[in-house]
Amino acid sequence: MSSETQKILSTDGIPLEESLKQAEKKNKIKAFLLVTPLLLFLIITYIIPIADMFSRSIDDKMVTNMLPKTYKAMEQWDGKELPPEEVFEAFYLDYKILVENKTAGRLQTQLNYEKNGFKSVLKKLARKQKKFEEGNYKEQIMKVHKRWRNVDYWRAIKRRAPAYTYSKYLKGVDMYSNEEGKIVQVSEDRRIHRILWSRTLEVAFFVTLFCFLMAYPIAHLLATLPMKYSNLLMICVLLPFWTSLLVRTASWMILLQQQGLVNDFFVWIGLVGDDNRPEMMYNKTGTYVAMTQILLPFMVLPLYSVMKTISPSLMRAGKSLGATPGVAFFKIYFPLTIPGIGAGCLLVFILAIGYYITPALVGGASGTLISNQIAYHMKSTLDWSFASAMGLMLLTGVLVIYWIYNKLVGVDNIKLG
Amino acid sequence: MSKKEDFVKFDKVDKSYDGKVLVVKDLNLDIEEGEFVTMLGPSGSGKTTCLMMLAGFETPTNGEIYLDKNPISNIPPHKRGIGMVFQNYALFPHMTVFENLAFPLRVRKISKDDIDKKVEKALSMVSLSGFGNRMPGQLSGGQQQRVAVARALVFDPSVVLMDEPLGALDKNLRESMQYEIKHIHESIGVTVVYVTHDQGEALTMSNRIAVFNDGKVQQLSSPDKLYEEPVNSFVAEFIGENNTFAGEISDISNGSCKVKLDKGEIIANPISVRSVGEKTTVSIRPERALINPKDKMDNNQKGIIEEVIYHGDHTRVRLNLLGNSEFILKVPNSSQNLDIKLGNEINIGWNSHDARALDPK
Repeated sequence: MSSETQKILSTDGIPLEESLKQAEKKNKIKAFLLVTPLLLFLIITYIIPIADMFSRSIDDKMVTNMLPKTYKAMEQWDGKELPPEEVFEAFYLDYKILVENKTAGRLQTQLNYEKNGFKSVLKKLARKQKKFEEGNYKEQIMKVHKRWRNVDYWRAIKRRAPAYTYSKYLKGVDMYSNEEGKIVQVSEDRRIHRILWSRTLEVAFFVTLFCFLMAYPIAHLLATLPMKYSNLLMICVLLPFWTSLLVRTASWMILLQQQGLVNDFFVWIGLVGDDNRPEMMYNKTGTYVAMTQILLPFMVLPLYSVMKTISPSLMRAGKSLGATPGVAFFKIYFPLTIPGIGAGCLLVFILAIGYYITPALVGGASGTLISNQIAYHMKSTLDWSFASAMGLMLLTGVLVIYWIYNKLVGVDNIKLG
Repeated sequence: MSKKEDFVKFDKVDKSYDGKVLVVKDLNLDIEEGEFVTMLGPSGSGKTTCLMMLAGFETPTNGEIYLDKNPISNIPPHKRGIGMVFQNYALFPHMTVFENLAFPLRVRKISKDDIDKKVEKALSMVSLSGFGNRMPGQLSGGQQQRVAVARALVFDPSVVLMDEPLGALDKNLRESMQYEIKHIHESIGVTVVYVTHDQGEALTMSNRIAVFNDGKVQQLSSPDKLYEEPVNSFVAEFIGENNTFAGEISDISNGSCKVKLDKGEIIANPISVRSVGEKTTVSIRPERALINPKDKMDNNQKGIIEEVIYHGDHTRVRLNLLGNSEFILKVPNSSQNLDIKLGNEINIGWNSHDARALDPK
């Protein structure tokens, strides 16, 4: 009896659940087909590149593939003393092929990363190995250079055996795994990445703060002015949006340089002496000024869209209930704008943390950010795996910030418009 | 303690926003302590501007407003101690009902225990006890309205202003809220200044009504007087239904006058006319004109029925009378069988006392 009542049949006698599923099926397929192009677009332009970046950043197959026989022979070696004859033989055979193919240079570079001074040892071996006789390669190789007797060099080769490595990530935070396999910091004078990371965070934080301080009154004005004035002001806010980023940055260069307009003005009003013009470009000041101006609209717009929805009668109500204008602002108006503040700050911070062109042009040495370092490795050193590793670290950092933000404010509270 | 007669006083107040047009012209208004005064008028008549000047959100261009004999033009809104109920309630959406009500008490640095007591009392006054933890968004329109009223009263202000507070409610709710606000006013005796464009609301709730038009108070009197004895044709038109005849005074003597119309002549009560030859508009309430009057009446005319509309409790009859084809009669629904049929000619009578000769339109 109960099962009969549970199974409700449609007029055709098919169970209602099934006929609903069938009816919905078409709609579901249609909906899926509609989003397919976007899904493919996302996968091709976003998911695949990130996956590729990740695999590149941990990929260490190059050395492994160049010395296949050596690593096979090394499997048995414990690394405590000099390796046995088979390893020397395998290494000689591998290296011979590389020299003949003229690809030995890459191995030399890679192994030199691992152990300083390896390059010259390998170059010498490349020259001498032509005259090698068959058999007893251990003796012959050790005769070429005395460093071959040092077990550290063989350990260095062995360390490159795994096809995957996280050494790029360690390098990104100025650490490396030393000859004993321990993770240690690089010497103090070479810790540049940590300075860059902290500077990037610092610049992003202060740019966000400056943007917030400047955008809040502007957005408030935009939301409260009568239409004909607010439209004009809105155009002023949006005008930079319609101008090329490069042009805007270049115009800041004209303004901020030592013989530039801003300095001329300071000299003219007597703030600074003509012979003592301050440097406002090619340092952090330039980065702050230009980035704040460029990112300002990203703060103004979310704030404006939230402020527009706050009824002016709320402030009036607050005042009529006895609150001074200040109290009314902080207890009523400000809390209601928090969704806009959250959205604006998140937007500006995330944009600022990965900003590239502006710091590259006006930042100089003390104003460059982590993104400039990534670009440097992409273009100059061609160490793409390191660039990928740092890119992923940046992405992870942004995700962590997003997560913290979600915990503190709640992403549901964001209002972009 | 005797009630102060001019508790709130507008003294020759002018207000202009653009320096060209006066929104409020030479306004003089005295409001007694504990009174419920309604500012009634069409939109753009300056009534809301008056309220905003009293609340302190607008400053008078000229003249002065006194609250309990003290000039308040230079006192900012938050120091006036005037409660206000806004048109769209203006509840703080990020605070609970309790916090909304506690807000005016907290800014006055009242102790926590007293706040709890006062808020509880105010909530029970609007029968919303137990709603303290809700957010305003979770309440219905009527409940939000009551919270707004409670919030405006919770800090015991001497005057409460209400700016079309019932405008957004549906008809039934609006009517029950009218009685509720009236009862609250009666029980706590606070002075209320109420703005509305709904004459029914004004007539139901107020002690006195100030009818606004064109930036001026046209008439300030009790609801019954306003309806029965309008002083000019705007008030007569604006409050209730009204039949009018435009004409010219042909004779005027001890309390009555003759008005010559295009067709015929009627006897009327001279209110704002003084001499022969003046143009005038005569106003007669529909229910004061009777069909086939039994008693002798000094105006008797014949009219032709042009339209009959059944309204349940009464029937509206449109007549062509003395050249006015918009003359309305309200015939109460009774068992009496009158000969009301389209095209019939009937006798209409009214007393000259009820035909008020006012200013020409």
